[in-house]
Amino acid sequence: MYKYNDFDEAFVRTRVAQFSQQVARRIDGSLTEDEFKPLRLMNGLYLQLHAYMLRVAIPYGTLDSRKMRQLAHIADTWDKGYGHFTTRQNIQYNWPKLSDVPAILGALADVEMHAIQTSGNTVRNVTADHFAGAAADEIADPRPYAELLRQWSTDHPEFQFLPRKFKIAITGAPNDRAVTKAHDIGLRMVTNAAGEPGFEVIVGGGLGRTPLIGQTVREFLPEADLLPYVEAVLSVYNLLGRRDNKFKARIKITLHETGKEELSRMIEERFEEIRGSFSGADQALLEEIRAAFAPPAFKTAPTDAHYAAQARDPAYRAWADTNLARHRNADYAIVTVSLKAHGATPGDASSAQMRVLAELAETYGHDELRISHEQNVILPHVHKGDLPAVHAALKAAGLATANVGLISDIIACPGMDYCSLATARSIPIATQIAERFKELDLEHEIGPMKIKISGCINACGHHHVGHIGILGLDRAGVENYQITLGGDGTETASIGEKAGPGFAYDEVVPAIERLISAYLETRLEPAETFLAAFRRLGPAPFKAALYPEEGNRNAA
Amino acid sequence: MSRRFTPKVVTANALIEGDVVYLTEDDRWSRHHHEAELIEDEAHAQMRLLSAQAQHLLVVGAYLADAKAGPNGPEPTHFRETFRTRGPSNYAHGKQAKTPKDGPHV
Repeated sequence: MYKYNDFDEAFVRTRVAQFSQQVARRIDGSLTEDEFKPLRLMNGLYLQLHAYMLRVAIPYGTLDSRKMRQLAHIADTWDKGYGHFTTRQNIQYNWPKLSDVPAILGALADVEMHAIQTSGNTVRNVTADHFAGAAADEIADPRPYAELLRQWSTDHPEFQFLPRKFKIAITGAPNDRAVTKAHDIGLRMVTNAAGEPGFEVIVGGGLGRTPLIGQTVREFLPEADLLPYVEAVLSVYNLLGRRDNKFKARIKITLHETGKEELSRMIEERFEEIRGSFSGADQALLEEIRAAFAPPAFKTAPTDAHYAAQARDPAYRAWADTNLARHRNADYAIVTVSLKAHGATPGDASSAQMRVLAELAETYGHDELRISHEQNVILPHVHKGDLPAVHAALKAAGLATANVGLISDIIACPGMDYCSLATARSIPIATQIAERFKELDLEHEIGPMKIKISGCINACGHHHVGHIGILGLDRAGVENYQITLGGDGTETASIGEKAGPGFAYDEVVPAIERLISAYLETRLEPAETFLAAFRRLGPAPFKAALYPEEGNRNAA
Repeated sequence: MSRRFTPKVVTANALIEGDVVYLTEDDRWSRHHHEAELIEDEAHAQMRLLSAQAQHLLVVGAYLADAKAGPNGPEPTHFRETFRTRGPSNYAHGKQAKTPKDGPHV
């Protein structure tokens, strides 16, 4: 875990002091809302439907027990005893009072956290593979690079007023768990012919109203060139990006308007221009940062308890099958703790659950925790011998749901239950789908399935890259849900296709059920996933299942 | 001919708590939709909105929302505004958790 140096500490404390005074001036009337709004957004404070919302950055999704306990403390002291983990690896508090926000930011600073650049047209929280540093398939831990990017982008004077927000994701593994192709810049670690690590640089991906898969502007960027190259991308975008039209302001549009070739040429030109000015200071800093991410001292101990529990306890076995991933150390496992109990709000954790997770990380997990963009919590380093104890503790806290990667492990944005931008609700759609498939006892039979739900076109719920995507819209004053099929957020990324006309609120679950029945009937074998079946068959059989009345009409 | 004006209420969020509030005819901010002033005239609506926006010590984000007359006072016509009268659907938080109180609450 990276520790703040004196500079970081002073910067964050100064910002808390500034914002505390700005809040005081807003409350005493010295600042109007028009004056105050940009200041509060710079500090992650939004006004939502029913209350303010504070979005706190969790850099590259990494937490330790101390930070997690403080998040629980904040939830209890100034909010309603829970927090919502988001698809950008942040945590949102839904009920803070304006007058309490300075104290909350102070409490965050106490554990080296903040809410800076979680809004506005700046470089947002750099996200990373949630299995970083633990995954068996990893070339290197991407977090030192993410931390370097965080330090460089935080309060960077040139990039505080970009044409639009800017999101960077990074993965150190060939299997893309960080949705890098749907970010403004996606960085995928690769090795060159000499076996040296570097990055494939993907630019111009994004979801929202114009969903686009990013394009590779550099097949191999040497590790040492990361910062000057990313800065070159940002500065070219800063000049070219459309400030005249909010809907055309993201770099994905710049890429399409300028053309990949010309944009790449401009990036390379700028890169050559600024490269020399970095003079190795960034590499020295990277070395320092890297030390903070040294792998933990893995222990050598018997793993029998895990295999014994697997043989003895079917509930444990089911959990181990779905919620464990392969660790680089064969005696260890990566535990994904599902925040998707059937019927519960995706991504929400109570303060009590946060404390249990902190305790488990401390006792069994080398004090590490991660938040995934899929709104779950990861214990990245658990020795297999400790897994039964971890499972038992999770079970007692309502955190042992064995559904990771299955149909009830749904991404859902807050939707119109909270968000002022939303056009329809997301959460109840997610909980109803999860409960229905639990009732049918079908989710293990269905196998890998990613349903992603957004409550508006901005696509915080990543619906375009869901195997099944659901987008909530307002159609003439009524909630209406559009279904997309065949999306994929991994290294084989694709944007889902619209299936056809939308469904009313209470028609969504039956529609999903018909879709799943069609899949189960048409798949070649249980190992053929929904996505594979869709890619083999195309949309026709799934559309027929979604709109049976149309088939009848054509037949008549 | 211009389209018929849809009646409106002035709504906002309370500055400190962020709770949803409505402007009443006697210039209070109420937490209850049914206590809002139902505005049936467009020019009057603009005046009331300006007056609401000027009260920046009390509220934030004032705007006009469609409404209709009901037996107990104005009722929202759009589901977004209906949700704002109660709170989220996943927890009993927000207005639905509170015991109704009378009088001005901002």
